[in-house]
Amino acid sequence: MARIDIRNVSKTYPGAATPSVADIDLAIADGEFIVLVGPSGCGKSTLLRMVAGLEDITGGEVSIGGRVVNKVDPAERDIAMVFQNYALYPHMTVRENMAYGLKNRKTPKTEIEARVAEAARMLELGPYLDRKPRGLSGGQRQRVAMGRAVVRQPAAFLFDEPLSNLDAKLRVSMRGEIRRLQRRLGTTSLYVTHDQLEAMTLADRLVVLNAGRIEQVGAPLDIYHRPASTFVASFIGSPAMNLLDAEADGARLRIGQNVIQAGAGFAHRGPVTLGIRAEDLHPAATGLPFRTDLVEELGAQRLVHGFIDGQALVLALDPSVPVRDEMFLTVAPERLHLFDTAGGKRIGTTDVRAVHARVPA
Amino acid sequence: MTDATHPTAASGARPRRRAASPARSEPAKRAQFDRPLLPWAFLAPQLLVVCIFFYWPSVQAITSSFYLEDPFGFGSTFVGLDNYKDALGSAEYQRIAGFTALFTVLVTGFSMGLGLLFAVKADKVIRGRSSYRTALISVYAIAPPVAGLMGMMLFDQHIGPFVKLAAWFGYDMKVGINYNDTAFAMILVSVWKQVPYNFIFFLSGLQGIPASVREAAVIDCRNGFTRFRTAILPLLAPTAFFLLIINITYALFDTFAVIDVMVKDKPANNPVTLVYKVYNDGFRGNDIGGSAAQSVILMVVVLVLTLIQFRWLERRVHYG
Repeated sequence: MARIDIRNVSKTYPGAATPSVADIDLAIADGEFIVLVGPSGCGKSTLLRMVAGLEDITGGEVSIGGRVVNKVDPAERDIAMVFQNYALYPHMTVRENMAYGLKNRKTPKTEIEARVAEAARMLELGPYLDRKPRGLSGGQRQRVAMGRAVVRQPAAFLFDEPLSNLDAKLRVSMRGEIRRLQRRLGTTSLYVTHDQLEAMTLADRLVVLNAGRIEQVGAPLDIYHRPASTFVASFIGSPAMNLLDAEADGARLRIGQNVIQAGAGFAHRGPVTLGIRAEDLHPAATGLPFRTDLVEELGAQRLVHGFIDGQALVLALDPSVPVRDEMFLTVAPERLHLFDTAGGKRIGTTDVRAVHARVPA
Repeated sequence: MTDATHPTAASGARPRRRAASPARSEPAKRAQFDRPLLPWAFLAPQLLVVCIFFYWPSVQAITSSFYLEDPFGFGSTFVGLDNYKDALGSAEYQRIAGFTALFTVLVTGFSMGLGLLFAVKADKVIRGRSSYRTALISVYAIAPPVAGLMGMMLFDQHIGPFVKLAAWFGYDMKVGINYNDTAFAMILVSVWKQVPYNFIFFLSGLQGIPASVREAAVIDCRNGFTRFRTAILPLLAPTAFFLLIINITYALFDTFAVIDVMVKDKPANNPVTLVYKVYNDGFRGNDIGGSAAQSVILMVVVLVLTLIQFRWLERRVHYG
């Protein structure tokens, strides 16, 4: 159990002109579950591997439990890592795989046995303890990899896309299992994924990375409802937030020929990018003229693709709402997101009402 | 995963499955050829080669090992097992067999050990890795007689650097005359010739170990040597097992050219291996029957060794 502090950390690979990870500052509280999310190549794995000690740190400082670990051997950092492809030792049984790290740390034999038994019980690996990894399914292998981390009782768990190799159904159940395990053990966790849904569901706090830099840090719902930039807006949430080119004139927003009202107190002139979540748009008698192009049925809801003034847009509608070829749409002014067209940063005072969804257990 | 920065991390992503697939059914296989002779026609060229160059000479060797041949080709007499009794009973044969065993153990041990050592070191090199590897592998391209000749040069009485090196330490090295010196030179050249072969296989074996398994081991075990012994070496076991068989065969048979170059025109009392004695007795001494008996003995020895290796070693070797 420990806090992790990442201070101004950068990574530049030899021969590379630009850093892969630049000036990352992040303070992770004890017991917190942090998810690093971003598209491929954004530097999230590199950052995790620097915390693990598998990559050298070019600039800045990483400290785990108050101890700066830049020059500390990975085995001495008191962390355990779960890899995407499990990284189990193929020549060892499940039991040996879990015991290996402890054995090398000279843990007493009875202690090792007790911890392995406890982890096996927790992860329901009991019947497989004497099997080799090749005799296990993907989900079982990933549980062994987690068991190997759990028995160590480390200061922090590091997860590097642990669910990417599993099929969709297993991924959902393992996701829940990881979350439950982390809550129960209360171990500080750093989790890397490119899957925004996984990120949303697991994180206490989400760190959205883009091109080696932090785009936004916050609770999943805060990020969903108040994205700091068009990048975050388009990356978090499925379907992605609709982004439209608009012209602002005080509180009036012009989309092509149509005018809508932004929230009170918004005063900005010139081109802006207007963001609207698919579920915030509703058909009405008057409003923005929408032409339907394609309907995707998802069961619980339906996604309607179409255009407003030539700009593509997606609506998420309840299946009970009839879909016509031509519709008028309205959106509550407080549900509008405005971004600077040039830099993509969030602007304006348009505020989304706070969401208090989760009640702590 | 930042794909651009860790190209190797994904290499082990696909779990290998060796489990028998339910689709493997015998009748489906049999139905593939509707004419019964067709498969034999496909096999014929390979069978022909094996028969002409392996089975026929083997049968010849076995038959002539029971005969005493006239050195000038005027007929032969059936002598039963006499050739075998003569060979196995002779003190010279036993001495050479002893040397052959020692030679095989040393050549196999050193060439595999050095090959592994170089492979582990070369695997860690990042800058200029291809030139290192080419330099280490290129020795394998040298033909055995040439390697023998180069060995002779290195150990030449007048210009050989090894002889000079020994002279600095006050030792008068006489390869080709002194039994132990010749043995030393022979083993050294044979090892030198075989190291690149082992190096290539160990290196590719090392590269077949997923990067993430190594990284997991780095986190699990601080001591580099213990880590190598417990997490990496066992994964090289299949490679090592294969190389063990290849190296024993090499030491027993393929070192012939090296030995030939080293001892051919030298005075007697030089160490030779069994295969060289087969050649000496048969083609120099014209004792075809005795030589055939010795080669049959060698054949049996190799057969037994291979069987032992497959029976006992393979069980303890982990295959992916």
